[in-house]
Amino acid sequence: MTAATRATTDASTSERPLEVGRSYAAYHRPWWFRIFVSAEFLIIALLVLVWLIATTSVDNFSGPLTVRYLLMDIAPLMMIALPMTLVIITGQIDLSVASTMGLSSVLVGILHVQVGLSIPVAGLLAILVGVLCGVLNGFLVAYVKLPSLAVTIGTLALYRGIAVGLLGTTALTDFDQGWSDLATSSIGESRIPAIMIPVVILILAFAVLLHFTPFGRGLYDIGHNEQAAWFSGVNVARSQMTTFILTGSVSAAAGIFYTLRFGNSRGDNATGLELEVIAAVLLGGVLIFGGRGAIHGVLAGALLIGVLSSALRLEGVTVNVINIIIGLLLVVSVLAPTLVAGVQRLRSRLGGSSPAPGGSPPTTEPSESSSPAPRNSGPQNSTPHEKAPRATTH
Amino acid sequence: MSAETVSRQDRQSATTRAVRSILASRETAIVLVILAIIAVATAMNQSFLFSGQGWRDLLLTPSILLVMAVGSAVVIITRNVDLSVGSTLAITAYMSGRLFVDLPGTPIIVVVLLGILVGAVLGLINGALVAFGKVPALVVTLGTMYIYRGAVLTWAGSDRINASDMPREFLGLGTMQIVSIPLLTIVAVLVLIVTGYWLASTRSGREMYAIGSDPEAAKLYGLPTTKRVITAFILGGALAGLAGVMYAARYGTVSASAGLGWEFQAIGAAVIGGVAIFGGSGTVWGAAFGAILLMTINRVLPIVGIPDFWQRAVVGALIIGAIVLDRYLSVRRHRKLQETRDDA
Repeated sequence: MTAATRATTDASTSERPLEVGRSYAAYHRPWWFRIFVSAEFLIIALLVLVWLIATTSVDNFSGPLTVRYLLMDIAPLMMIALPMTLVIITGQIDLSVASTMGLSSVLVGILHVQVGLSIPVAGLLAILVGVLCGVLNGFLVAYVKLPSLAVTIGTLALYRGIAVGLLGTTALTDFDQGWSDLATSSIGESRIPAIMIPVVILILAFAVLLHFTPFGRGLYDIGHNEQAAWFSGVNVARSQMTTFILTGSVSAAAGIFYTLRFGNSRGDNATGLELEVIAAVLLGGVLIFGGRGAIHGVLAGALLIGVLSSALRLEGVTVNVINIIIGLLLVVSVLAPTLVAGVQRLRSRLGGSSPAPGGSPPTTEPSESSSPAPRNSGPQNSTPHEKAPRATTH
Repeated sequence: MSAETVSRQDRQSATTRAVRSILASRETAIVLVILAIIAVATAMNQSFLFSGQGWRDLLLTPSILLVMAVGSAVVIITRNVDLSVGSTLAITAYMSGRLFVDLPGTPIIVVVLLGILVGAVLGLINGALVAFGKVPALVVTLGTMYIYRGAVLTWAGSDRINASDMPREFLGLGTMQIVSIPLLTIVAVLVLIVTGYWLASTRSGREMYAIGSDPEAAKLYGLPTTKRVITAFILGGALAGLAGVMYAARYGTVSASAGLGWEFQAIGAAVIGGVAIFGGSGTVWGAAFGAILLMTINRVLPIVGIPDFWQRAVVGALIIGAIVLDRYLSVRRHRKLQETRDDA
């Protein structure tokens, strides 16, 4: 979340192996090893495995309707997970996305049904409000330097409160049929819903933005160390502001789709989706402390949640058990690096005792976890540096 | 003679300083806001304060959130966060009702203790994962929030415990008053006083602050950080468990969706009360007053003519206002300190 939390955990040796995929030492591996033996591909493999099991053993999973509904169900999740990835990579978090979605849903309803604007105009205004929501979050986090966790818990309540306040308990359902049909239509004769066209465009845009632009590389730098990023020429505040504006606007767009798909506009639409989005992002291998993560992993994380829910529902398992499984996956996914590190440490201790007294040979496989631990005093020295300005934030 | 005046001046300035620090503290500020709100509400509607019902609700409504906010504050002070407390509340609330249905004649004290125990065990799971797994509390408790909520949903399904399922004495506890003060409020205040004393005046309590302001330094200094962090989570869980039993007694109906979203309310109350979200500062008193403020505002809004749909917006604005205020005050304090240092 903030650099302070990150610094403390980074300093502890057990966090080290998380960095294996990104540190230069790993480049003694061939390229295929670096690409395929990673957190992202672990999730992709798990996704493929679950998909295969589901297709072979779950009745109707391979049916034409399943994929259609699966994709429509997770479209908002996938859309919001993209900018959320950017936010978390910079070491921040945005809990207000589902509330922004609810607010946008209510605004589209009011502007279309009560005011009588057309859907595109109403939608554009709703996205504009989504941008404003992001600007407020981003301003407080990036320029006032407030902790994003606290700020977005506040705006989670604020945006939802405005949505509920505007409509009360009424639901607006009188939407233009043409637009509702469009939201639930398919591409041609295929079973892919039309919403996947904008979703895929968004995915491509965010993949390019994160992985192939200076802005995206800067986000990783910010996540590693805000001050170092600033000194190396990254405009930290503006980048953070941009990521929050992106979550706000994409959430608003997701809210419009949600409204049109179900044909209703209510204050409590999409309640609790923020946690599902964050679960998908973290499942996808993005480090909660920032500085690590990739779009393909996040997509796999979102799809995994979708496929699991869909397959289990077809099996007659209730939503509760699906929740338990998502929760377990989340805990295991963050726990896995620590467990692996523990096993490696145990192995190097057992193996390293005989050849050389005192230390494990640096050529052994877990070189990352064993040798840099004492050298870690470098980054540790920088911790008080990082702390100094932070002490004033409290 | 002159020495006497000097000493008197000193004493005077000491008292003024004490008065000033009390006035400047977050806790006092919130109490003043609460009193102002109550005054406005009473002016609009006499029965808000002066009717028996109004007086009782005023004290009773915040008590459950207050207990949870105290637990959350302790966890936050150690630079962690517990998102699973709402789900914990649901589990113990439903369990209390279930015990009365399945084992009629269970003594109430057993139910209360069991609620606290189950809450403590759920907290222990969180704490152990955070402290031994070295994983961020936000993620772990997000996961256990899903797991605990899923567990209670599986257990309860769409079943609902009704007031008629529970013994009258138990429900009586929820509304019972001792010298016009509701029992649940007394319980909440006791929890607050004990936890407040522990945090402020005992060695282990102070160590919580040390761990929260710099975990790495605390470890180097030799503090038992693992043990203390687990303690904080156990306490947070146990208090959420107690809050669950109180919930069952107060409302009489319990479904699996009890306490949905309360984790954010509890954290919000702590933040409004001046507990820094990244640990190391704040008091449980502040968190408790924050909880009272939140719940009182909820009841006052309709009285002053604002539809109660706007409650959440007000809560959100309050949270943001509180952290912006904190930031402003700390920047100002920092600048003043720097000025005095430059002068010297």
